[in-house]
Amino acid sequence: MKASEIQALLDEPACTHNTKEKSGCAKPKPGATAGGCSFDGAQIALLPIADVAHIVHGPIACAGSSWDNRGTRSSGITLYKIGMTTDLSETDVVMGRSEKRLFHAVKQAIDSYAPKAVFIYNTCVTALIGDDVEAVCRDATARWGTPVIPVDAAGFYGTKNLGNRLAGEAMFKHVIGTAEPVPASSRADGLPTYDVNLIGEYNIAGEFWNVAPLFDELGLRILCTLSGDSRFHEVQTMHRAKVNMVVCAKALLNVARKMQDDFGIPFFEGSFYGVADVSNALRDFAKLIGDPDLIARTEVVIAREEARSNAELDAWRLRLKDKRVLLYTGGVKSWSIVSALQDLGMKVVATGTKKSTEEDKARIRELMGDDTRMIDDGSPTALLATYHEYKANILIAGGRNLYTALKARIPFLDINQEREFGYAGYSGMVELARQLAISMESPVWAAVRKPAPWARQKATGAVLDI
Amino acid sequence: MAEIIHSKKALAVNPLKVSQPIGASLAFLGLNRSLPLMHGSQGCTAFGKVFFVRHFREPIPLQTTAMDQVSTIMGADENIIEALSTLSGKSKPEIIGLVTTGLSETQGTDILRSVKEFRAAHPEFDHVAVVPVNTPDYVGCLESGYALAIESLIQVLVPESACAGKRPKQVNVLASAMLTPGDIEAIKDWIEAFGLRPVVVPDIGDSLDGHLVEAETSSLTIGGTPRVEIESMGESTATLVIGPSLGKAANILKARTGVPDFRFEGLMGLDDCDAFTQALAEISGKPVPEKIERHRAQLQDAMVDSHFMIGFARIALAADPDLLGMQVRFLTSMGAEIVSAVSPAKHESLTNLPIEKVIVGDLEDMEKQARAAGAQLVIANSHAVDTAHRLGLPLLRAGFPQYDHVGGYARTWVGYRGTRQALFDLANLMLGQHHEPEPYRSSYWADTRPGEQHVISSSAVGLVH
Repeated sequence: MKASEIQALLDEPACTHNTKEKSGCAKPKPGATAGGCSFDGAQIALLPIADVAHIVHGPIACAGSSWDNRGTRSSGITLYKIGMTTDLSETDVVMGRSEKRLFHAVKQAIDSYAPKAVFIYNTCVTALIGDDVEAVCRDATARWGTPVIPVDAAGFYGTKNLGNRLAGEAMFKHVIGTAEPVPASSRADGLPTYDVNLIGEYNIAGEFWNVAPLFDELGLRILCTLSGDSRFHEVQTMHRAKVNMVVCAKALLNVARKMQDDFGIPFFEGSFYGVADVSNALRDFAKLIGDPDLIARTEVVIAREEARSNAELDAWRLRLKDKRVLLYTGGVKSWSIVSALQDLGMKVVATGTKKSTEEDKARIRELMGDDTRMIDDGSPTALLATYHEYKANILIAGGRNLYTALKARIPFLDINQEREFGYAGYSGMVELARQLAISMESPVWAAVRKPAPWARQKATGAVLDI
Repeated sequence: MAEIIHSKKALAVNPLKVSQPIGASLAFLGLNRSLPLMHGSQGCTAFGKVFFVRHFREPIPLQTTAMDQVSTIMGADENIIEALSTLSGKSKPEIIGLVTTGLSETQGTDILRSVKEFRAAHPEFDHVAVVPVNTPDYVGCLESGYALAIESLIQVLVPESACAGKRPKQVNVLASAMLTPGDIEAIKDWIEAFGLRPVVVPDIGDSLDGHLVEAETSSLTIGGTPRVEIESMGESTATLVIGPSLGKAANILKARTGVPDFRFEGLMGLDDCDAFTQALAEISGKPVPEKIERHRAQLQDAMVDSHFMIGFARIALAADPDLLGMQVRFLTSMGAEIVSAVSPAKHESLTNLPIEKVIVGDLEDMEKQARAAGAQLVIANSHAVDTAHRLGLPLLRAGFPQYDHVGGYARTWVGYRGTRQALFDLANLMLGQHHEPEPYRSSYWADTRPGEQHVISSSAVGLVH
């Protein structure tokens, strides 16, 4: 990948970050950097495609410490869970044998697992020694007849976010538009079927299955989800959708934008977290499709589902009302969670804005009020200081901060992709409420702050007021 | 004698191997007020951090020199110096472990020179020890990276001296990567029972045992071997070396200090434990304490009780060389049959194992062998959960990483008591899959026992003889 190509990807016209002062990504600071690399981001974006053999081309570090750690679920085939890497040796690297090894590796994967396609992830070492992964993919495709797709997102190209985008670019360049969808069979109820795509939804802990039945009911056929519980063939047919929804994060915005430019597919940004957001997403689909009957039916479904979920949530709302939340996701993902928390009557007292622009911050103020603290510094010390200063009751953040919270003896909710519970959809809200209560209402917090009976000095901190 | 066979596949499927930089970082996590710094792209560190956090369920200090596109091509020496000075100023560590990665090794980094330049540019940080170690990930595995870090640590921090025995009660322990925090605790108790004072290097039993402390957060390790103790290793009366992977580190320590050493391949099973106890009795000049005699007798009792289940049990094993060797010797000493032994990398100690062959390969290799040989039990890390599921076999989790269970890191395998618990667990896993024979129904019964329904009994399993 050339520097100019990476620069072009960082320039995303559909992204609000683009026009503000923080466009692109800042240079990482040695000795003070956290977060994953581009390879990490590319894997997150594509690994959920379940019937593909995902081969990491490089020495062991990249696959060895990361395979088998994603929370995404498949409804059928689980080939994506088989870890594959060329595991290059010193001789491969020094003698330039890695391309040859990759070619044989592709054959081995095809022979033993008959995948629908093979994805090759480039890594730092192979990018540095100049392996022509694209050429190997081309030759292997011609030789074995199975599509072999290069994903050129070596770690040193940049951040995880850039990796998402590089992965999207690879799909757009090599996969989307290479096959036609099977026409939908007509429905027993005679309603029309509209094809749609979801972009940036990963079916973490199977959470999208909370929402999927509503799509079926309304006559929205999900042609493809990029990439939760999806199949290679579905990605090939994405260009035939009527509408694209970009779910939560902006990382794959480039795919939606390019599909709008090249195929005229309109897109909107939305989320499946929180009652209000799920309803809005369904409404946006109906509106962009423009069928008045669909719009009316959507409202009926929304009314029914909101009534049902409100009935279930009322008991939880009593328990969670006015509890104070410190939310740290470091990105725009926080908006979608904020509205879910507000639905539950909770108050978000501070949120991470490390990657946000002025415009993002304005939107945060609009959602949460002017007194919301914005945190730029995501270090454990800063998070804990804010937690205490704002008298928060729980920290909601990614798994990396889990033990920061627990060591400080404070309640925690994990919202990252390694988590075990799905919060999407109307029914996901109940799970979210339950998980919040499990941590906040736990008796362990008082117990771990209690000094031993024989200790003379005082225990750390005060007992939490829950 | 075992034959070492290299799996000849181009593609590693379900890798068993964990990289050298991760191993080296683990070693530094066992030192007090220490911080591993990986010289590579930020992902090397991020993956490592998630890996350790999921295994130990602890916050893990780990930093990166954050090589990007420009520094990868134009040189990243500045990144090292900037990272070292940033960390020295901000976190005030006693030790920084500077660990290279595949990326920086391929680029051709010279970390020794960079450390020299850092020293020249920042004399104000002279009190911070920097331990550089070259750990490309296209060589070796977790265990060998860990051993390289210990070798470098001794070279940098232990002064050359000739005062062995100046501290008559102090003994050094070089602890292999196969030992858990629970193991280290057991080893320390063992040594202390003889009135000796252990200096364990590295002491992950003190830093990664998982305990709540008063400090809410720290950017460095809390607990672990203090630097002053490492510096005093030359004054110890003996060195106990546990694990063949640390043979070279032991040679270096002995050459620098002349402290006599005792080497052990592992500490599981009666023979291993007896050898260690005997050595402690010799070093201390004290008789074996009654309590240890009692633990030994308890182990012997458990061996007798469990030999029915473990004898002839067909076991498939996958682990780094030290752990694989210890388990193989322990299991064969109980009469079990090793139908598959897979290691991610080669080490000469593997050739001495009392089995036919060891495969250098991945979990797919183990799965194939286990299926072909009709294995009854799998011992491997958490990555083998799906493997064991496909084989329809129980899994005993051992090694790195263990993320789908709580407390795997805390388990004690070594010593008389650790061995006894392992025997119990193995025996129970074998009992749990005991199948009653399919009853034979005589064709003559059709007339005398028409349509007989069986009472569904509980699945409780009785004694198996």
